[in-house]
Amino acid sequence: MPFGGILTTVAEFEIEYHQFLDAEGKLREPAPALAHDSAELIKMYRLMTLVRAFDGKAVNLQRVGNIGTYASCLGHEATHVAVGAAMRPEDVLAPVYREIGTQIWRGVKLSEILTYWGGDERGCDFSVPRQDFPWCIPIASQMLHGAGVAMAFKIKGEPRCSVTYIGDGGTSEGAFYEAINLAGARNLPAVFVVVNNGWAISVPTSSQTATRTLAQKAIAAGIPGIQVDGNDVIAVHHITKEALERARRGGGPTVIEALTYRLSDHTTADDASRYRPRAQLNAAWEQEPLLRIRKYLTRTGAWDDHQEQELHTDCARQIEAAVDQYMSGPKPTTDAMFNSLFAEPTPALAEQRAMARRFANRHGH
Amino acid sequence: MANITMLEAITRAHAWEMSHDPSVVVLGQDVGVNGGVFRATAGLQEQFGKERVQDTPLAEGMIAGMCVGMATQGLRPVAEIQFMGFIYPAMDQIANHMARLRNRTRGRLSCPIVLRMPHGGGIHAPEHHSECLEAMLAHHPGLRVVCPASPARAYGLLLAAIRNPDPVIFLEPVRLYRLARQEVADDGQAISLDVCYRLREGTDITLVTWGAMTVETLKAAQELEQDGVSCEVIDLATLSPIDHDSILESVAKTGRLVIVHEAPKNCGIGAEIAATVAEKGLYDLHAPIQRVTGYDTIIPLARLEYEYIPSVARITDTVRATLAA
Repeated sequence: MPFGGILTTVAEFEIEYHQFLDAEGKLREPAPALAHDSAELIKMYRLMTLVRAFDGKAVNLQRVGNIGTYASCLGHEATHVAVGAAMRPEDVLAPVYREIGTQIWRGVKLSEILTYWGGDERGCDFSVPRQDFPWCIPIASQMLHGAGVAMAFKIKGEPRCSVTYIGDGGTSEGAFYEAINLAGARNLPAVFVVVNNGWAISVPTSSQTATRTLAQKAIAAGIPGIQVDGNDVIAVHHITKEALERARRGGGPTVIEALTYRLSDHTTADDASRYRPRAQLNAAWEQEPLLRIRKYLTRTGAWDDHQEQELHTDCARQIEAAVDQYMSGPKPTTDAMFNSLFAEPTPALAEQRAMARRFANRHGH
Repeated sequence: MANITMLEAITRAHAWEMSHDPSVVVLGQDVGVNGGVFRATAGLQEQFGKERVQDTPLAEGMIAGMCVGMATQGLRPVAEIQFMGFIYPAMDQIANHMARLRNRTRGRLSCPIVLRMPHGGGIHAPEHHSECLEAMLAHHPGLRVVCPASPARAYGLLLAAIRNPDPVIFLEPVRLYRLARQEVADDGQAISLDVCYRLREGTDITLVTWGAMTVETLKAAQELEQDGVSCEVIDLATLSPIDHDSILESVAKTGRLVIVHEAPKNCGIGAEIAATVAEKGLYDLHAPIQRVTGYDTIIPLARLEYEYIPSVARITDTVRATLAA
């Protein structure tokens, strides 16, 4: 040591990585109780399958012009469903725009999802869950909503938690840090799930940041950061549930980084073949989340091909019903633009509402 | 009744509403122990505790964003942004979420939030402490923008803002914080967010203004009275939505309109008022509408700020020219 000053290490950290179910569907023991609760696992697997089928249908609906731009969740099903299953109904979700697995688990209807992406704000008026946030398109801003909701729970002394999603790219935004910093400083009952799917549109996580893990960004906020295999539904559920229980007991917030892969384009308006190596995509398919849980359930005797076939028939039926409901729903009237801006439309808005009625459906195209 | 400053009126409005509505929560930088850098929230933390009067970490976007989350859980956050020049980091939350959440959820979630902030220059403050950004905010659908010009209106309008079911940007003219005292009854009476306030009746010309410019405008009206000119002075007070009807009614009587504001002229709220009078009251006018405003420059630092802020002389000159037209 060239100088004689005091040298001590004042802070150190380590980031844990958790996986119970590997890509072959082999379970690592000791595993949490969920691993042996085949009824719950089947419920989760059923929803993962529904989400994948619905997601594919939504992409097709966009391709034929029946909905607008849509953000696929292909490959994220384990993380999304596991987080939903770990939450309590009275908790509050602040999603990004891809987490339909969580939303559907919590009661959002397939037809509501289509209504939103089909270009109608009524899709955000969830019949259940009434207090969850709708999709959040401006990146990372939802982080502060999750923190604010948790602040309200703390002020009101309610044993509830907020769960907020963010992507890998979103962790470059100031709002990400502001929210985890606030949550740490005020010990809020909040869980932040960073879904690291490798890509922020065309920018890989390696170009986004020099940090080794995104979970370690939590360390700067003074809160735990933990990494989990986002394709392992058991691990995501276990870690999320632990974080929620800790938060509910007053133990403060957690950042969970779920490692997964965006097997789709960014949205239907994107073409990932322009920037994503084919070999990387192929390798990611080897890790995808549905097959491993199916293999595991099959190996344990909880699932068979017949059930699988019935599941696909059931999913197709549910999706068809949702599409029918969406397609047959009435078009919003022009009044919808004006009626919910304020609790009561202002005089100027009332005037413009009348004008819009007069000119409704007179576009000439 | 108590003879109080605008700052004291603001503090009392907070205290009244916090005493009567447990969902009201105050937050911001230095609003707790310190009572705010201008002391607008002085004593509130002692009275209502650290949960309901919170010092936040230093990030304006965070303050606005957490307000959105809190509001969706039935709280009524009243947050202070320390100076209006620091609102820019909060604009993502204000414009993309606070102003839109009710609309995009078709009324399922809403944002009964008040964002208070000092407004305007004239106190020799450092750079970025003197901005008048009301037009930027008023341009966003879904927000109300309010600017009181007296202790009584600060008290009544702040109560109305807190009770309003939608987000309200509450602009507090710094020059007026301690300038004058007024008898204000601390009785919990809100006043309307939908109307402007006539400060002076007149017959020759209508002067519309708001915030600290009410001071120069009223002085100008007094000076002009010596010359036999009768000015009607209107405090706009609610900058969005604007009470156009009252302005049109006044212009129908006087036939002349001068708008006075501290913010830059280009795309200012004065332009909106002038355009509306041109649309709906043109034939009542005997002379072109004029605006007396801050220049289309950055508001200068202290040594030139009173060259920027419209003076009594600029107002009287413009009024005389309008009367001669």
